[in-house]
Amino acid sequence: MEQTRVPPPGKRLKRVVSPVSLYPSKPLCLSDRLSLRAYIANRVTDKLTPIHDRIFCCRSGSAADTQAIADVVTYQLGFHSIELDEPPLVETAANLFRASCYRYREELTAGILVAGWDRRKGGQVYCVPIGGMLVRQPVSVGGSGSSYIYGFMDSNYKPNMTKDQCLELTAAAVSLAMERDGSSGGVVRLASISKDGVERRVILGNQLPKYSTH
Amino acid sequence: MIKNTQCYRPRTDLLLGKKKKKKKKAKKAKKKKKKAKKKKSTSCTSGKHKAHFTKMATLAVRQSPVGGFSFENCKRNAVLEGEANKVGYSLPAARKTGTTICGVVFKDGVILGADTRATEGMIVADKNCSKIHYISPNIYCCGAGTAADTEMTTQIISSNLELHALSTGRVPRVATANRMLKQMLFRYQGYIGAALVLGGVDCNGPHLYSIYPHGSTDKLPYVTMGSGSLAAMAVFEDRYKPDMEEEDAKRLVRDAIAAGIFNDLGSGSNIDLCVITKGKLDYIRPHDEANKKGVRTGDYKYKRGTTSVLTKSVTALNLEVVEETVLTMDTS
Repeated sequence: MEQTRVPPPGKRLKRVVSPVSLYPSKPLCLSDRLSLRAYIANRVTDKLTPIHDRIFCCRSGSAADTQAIADVVTYQLGFHSIELDEPPLVETAANLFRASCYRYREELTAGILVAGWDRRKGGQVYCVPIGGMLVRQPVSVGGSGSSYIYGFMDSNYKPNMTKDQCLELTAAAVSLAMERDGSSGGVVRLASISKDGVERRVILGNQLPKYSTH
Repeated sequence: MIKNTQCYRPRTDLLLGKKKKKKKKAKKAKKKKKKAKKKKSTSCTSGKHKAHFTKMATLAVRQSPVGGFSFENCKRNAVLEGEANKVGYSLPAARKTGTTICGVVFKDGVILGADTRATEGMIVADKNCSKIHYISPNIYCCGAGTAADTEMTTQIISSNLELHALSTGRVPRVATANRMLKQMLFRYQGYIGAALVLGGVDCNGPHLYSIYPHGSTDKLPYVTMGSGSLAAMAVFEDRYKPDMEEEDAKRLVRDAIAAGIFNDLGSGSNIDLCVITKGKLDYIRPHDEANKKGVRTGDYKYKRGTTSVLTKSVTALNLEVVEETVLTMDTS
């Protein structure tokens, strides 16, 4: 199609994501705000989408694109899991995301973090940014607010933290980013995935840690 | 906002007064189009004649999904626009409904509300149009954006959903309608300008979704869409409470739409409501005539005899009856 590629004026998910890989469990954490430029279409979006029982994905970028991709991958992964007759691997889910994101990279604006637990490698985090790269990382951030917390995550993350330390770290990171990024805000959603299941938590606006220096 | 709906193909060969270009014919032959019934126009003579539109066959229901995105019609639209502009004509603009639509979930069900003004640019095209569309007996959908798009999209999904309900043997769920709508809108990448508020009650309770033209959806307890959505959302954010009674919820929706009507130029006229509960459906049109046309208090007509007659002369005109025809009136 010869038209110039203008970014779609649809809703954009701009927010911060930071799943932290931790053995054996993994907290996922997201802030919620769907913005149509100056108007917030949904101030309590759930950007933590379950793909399978123990696999979640954090969505950033265009809401329509990421919802559509997540639906497609949920279907593909469910089918694959039934064929195997066992829970799917997180790496498989991440590869399915990467396949869609890379093939349609010209048309899509989707930055996704896939995180979950499986029996083979335990807790894992895979990053599938815009363009369709796939890389496994112990800790990853994404979204428009992520630029503000790279330093925070680099300095505060230590391997082999406990679950509660991880949850605190991610909640703090997202709160800091929400403080500074105009497109992020609302509530903070956390999900902790382990062998025993998924534990979801919401931190409302008035319960967020306060960091304001002025 | 799209310039041409998919059902119409403007006859630019008649508009421009020359034969269709060969390369366009080849392109059309290559594309896998649905069957098109081409009607030859016999009345187009001068260049001043308005473009004659032929209608393509309606979209096939339950079309098997084609992989990827199909931009064939966008290419065609761009070519047509270029050609029309060269000659000095502009393609007709799609009629939009600057709108306020909203929905709220209350204790037993959902209430959908909409205004009734349809605008064409700065003119009110329809003072009392119906924006709450039927999807299934337990699911209704309000539409904002391009009027034709919302109308057609809801009709397509309604018919597909009925087929689906017949083949599953179950009452259709709101989530199904939501999936069908979002997948169709995503496939067209926002070129179908339909922003919808979908609400209904099914076996799992009352549900309310908002669906944007690019295909993203949100499931929320209260949603607003359209140009007046900010005004309506302000009312909702102030007064919404979970598990409201029906009367309170109706009042809230009425006030939200009224806020949109009085504070947004694109919305106006009356307020339509649709109350959907488990056993009952109330399609209240109009619920509130917020903008009734006033009655004139004075009149400039004068009574007979106000002006006195001074002289009067009657002249008979000699006319011949040339032709007499009798037209039967159908009074059945």
